[in-house]
Amino acid sequence: MAPRSTLLTMSGITKSFPGVRALDGVDLEVRAGEVHCLLGQNGAGKSTLIKVLAGAHQPDDGEITWSGAPAVLKSPLAAMRLGIATIYQELDLVRGLSVAENVFLGHEPVSAGFVVRARRARTEAAALLARLGHPEIDPGRSVGELSAAQQQIVSMARALSHDVRLIVMDEPSAALDPDEVDNLFRIIASLTAQDVAVVYISHRLEEIRRIGDRVTVLKDGRAVAAGLPAGTTPTHDIVALMTGRKVEYVFPPRTPPPAGRADAAPVLTVEGLARKGEFAPIDLEVRPGEIVGLAGLVGSGRSEILETVYGARRATAGRVTVAGKALRPGSVRAAVAAGIGLAPEERKAQALLMLESVTRNVSVSTLSRYSRAGWVDRTAERKAARDATRTLSLHPDNPDTPVRTLSGGNQQKAVLARWLLRGCRVLLLDEPTRGVDVGARAELYAVIRRLADEGLAVLLVSSEVPEVLGLADRVLVLREGRVVHTADASDLDEHRVLDLVMEGSPTP
Amino acid sequence: MTHPVPTAQSGPDQGPAPVVLKKYGPRRALRVDLHTLSLLGILAVLVAVGGITEPDAFLDTGNLQLVLTQASVIGVVTVGVTLVITSGGIDLSVGAMVALASVWASTLATQEYGFAGILFTAVLVGLVAGLVNGVLIAYGRVVPFIATLAMLASARGLALMITDGKTQIVTVTSVLDLGLPDSYVLGIPPLVLIFAAVTAAGWLLLNRTTFGRRTIAIGGNAEAARLAGIDVRRQRLYLYLLSGLCCGIAAFMLIILSGSGQNTAGNLYELDAIAAAIIGGTLLSGGRGTITGSVLGVLIFTTITNIFALNNLQSDVQQIAKGAIIVAAVLVQSRTSRTET
Repeated sequence: MAPRSTLLTMSGITKSFPGVRALDGVDLEVRAGEVHCLLGQNGAGKSTLIKVLAGAHQPDDGEITWSGAPAVLKSPLAAMRLGIATIYQELDLVRGLSVAENVFLGHEPVSAGFVVRARRARTEAAALLARLGHPEIDPGRSVGELSAAQQQIVSMARALSHDVRLIVMDEPSAALDPDEVDNLFRIIASLTAQDVAVVYISHRLEEIRRIGDRVTVLKDGRAVAAGLPAGTTPTHDIVALMTGRKVEYVFPPRTPPPAGRADAAPVLTVEGLARKGEFAPIDLEVRPGEIVGLAGLVGSGRSEILETVYGARRATAGRVTVAGKALRPGSVRAAVAAGIGLAPEERKAQALLMLESVTRNVSVSTLSRYSRAGWVDRTAERKAARDATRTLSLHPDNPDTPVRTLSGGNQQKAVLARWLLRGCRVLLLDEPTRGVDVGARAELYAVIRRLADEGLAVLLVSSEVPEVLGLADRVLVLREGRVVHTADASDLDEHRVLDLVMEGSPTP
Repeated sequence: MTHPVPTAQSGPDQGPAPVVLKKYGPRRALRVDLHTLSLLGILAVLVAVGGITEPDAFLDTGNLQLVLTQASVIGVVTVGVTLVITSGGIDLSVGAMVALASVWASTLATQEYGFAGILFTAVLVGLVAGLVNGVLIAYGRVVPFIATLAMLASARGLALMITDGKTQIVTVTSVLDLGLPDSYVLGIPPLVLIFAAVTAAGWLLLNRTTFGRRTIAIGGNAEAARLAGIDVRRQRLYLYLLSGLCCGIAAFMLIILSGSGQNTAGNLYELDAIAAAIIGGTLLSGGRGTITGSVLGVLIFTTITNIFALNNLQSDVQQIAKGAIIVAAVLVQSRTSRTET
């Protein structure tokens, strides 16, 4: 690879918020045409750093050099004018506007100073989408109708609609299927070929190996390593740098079920459960102590099955039985009363009360237990919440902590603690490690396995095949809303699952 | 009071031993937050202004009793509205519900049943109107803004139909007596006592009961609350019922205060109540609510009105001052919430 010129230098960037020093003298150097990966645990300062780069935060101290000249990024607009575009994890599109309107939001092509030239915007948007390999997205469509992957393409088209020289991507692959990730990487490759630099943030080390050129690792607001070669730095070195300790990135061993439990009656039985247009009738059983995994692509019906079992979606056929008792269909309350708990895919949107403390998040499903005639005994409530979060080693060990300040892994533990407290018998886990650091994942896996060992029946959904294979006892492989294969996890490997998942058309 | 610790598998001995036992911060109940302090500060400044500009008239016992009495009617309405807003909803129909309840409770036919008839009718009308709001919003899936806007229009219309635009004089002396100084308890008007009782009930409901927790939960994240097993719809229904109940009580208080029922009663109460709740610190988007703040908001507004009236300033100046206070309070709020995240 030819030596490339330095495009951006950030040196000694410091940024404090009340009570926290988010960035403590970070250096970052990005060269034109490279994919520079930014790694770090949640709270390491990645988000703050890219917000400084996007002009959304003003650094307290430090210098930024852009193309060899000092630069001040005093607003998002100023950053954009220099050619820095940021694609945030939570996409910032306006759902009610069309694709073209979103692409040119804030810099619409106009005539006479204010009349929007809608047709020109549509043509140019179509050209950008074609350049991104997605000519099928209609610029006239409303963004709200698009899939998450398509919305990301629109976000990228918006970035490219400026004269962009650096694109920051914050976990762009989090919501994407493997083939969509491939397409994303193709786009990134074509951008770098045009000398555009990419700052790429991801928790997935294998992606960084595939497309990254160099890696900067952040920890506690400092860059602990800069410019490491992405392809050759050993994984355990990177993990050690991120966590500051050596971490065994492994799954807990499967323990043989204690005598008498191996052939225990299933606690969760699903018979012929179906939802028209989403998934075909499915049968499954989960025994106490067992972890059953659902593997499949986004859109294969994984999450939909979980939410239908839980009653959050109403089944069009079939039934769900917990310990021999059939559940009223379409009722979350019936499912919860029967002992089912759900840790949903979108933790912040579907599970957590972000304004509230850990205690109140944990206790929300068991309030009647610490209350008499509607009066909450707050001492008992807090003690119960603290006991439950301690068994999961939730950090920090203070039930008054606002839940929004926790890391992804600890937020997930707060959700699990809610169901533990409820004494639930069946745990439905939808993408339990999404947004969770590499270091914290192993811990979460151990927690899940321990809960199963203590007698819970666990139904797990994950888009990461190794996670399903490593954690589950039995795996159901889904394709387009149908179970195409069921096997013990030890009889499957990643290639076999991926083959099954993507194999031809549904009808042989 | 002891409670069994409800743990299926959460005994601390089963998990890894906690490394450090952290001391907890000051108890929430004892902590007066910055926002409440600033509201108290504003109120103190207003009282000082009143005391300096009109020392005799403002600090007169009768005047202070009047200010508190006026604050009481809108205050009771504001307690209900605060609960609704905390749940992420809105109730635009409170003023119209007060009007409808006050005219229905003061018809000649109702007055024949005396004190009990008037009180019962006012409360019942408020509850029924609140029930209609609640059913439409919780089970009919009508947006709260639209459902209560429709209630605003139709309740006012019905009130006009009942009175034919005439003021209905109340002649039941046992009701009217409650407004006279003879019935004051230790110098405190009965209406103020009702307000205090409703405030205390609202505060306890929001801060100490499962009902309050669920209200905050659905206001903070309705989807998460539903997936946590909370009956979101029933909770919404109860909240609009409560708002209607508060309006019924306020209508009864208004009859005592004015000695009559009018279809124009409670005009623009919705604006005053929502504004008081917002400057008090309740989030319009839901998930955070404060009864204390709302009450302080009401007292601030009523004190301003009183000072302006004593200084012979026109009501247009009053409105401008109120508007400025709302903007200032919301600006302060968004500053503080920004530094929190």
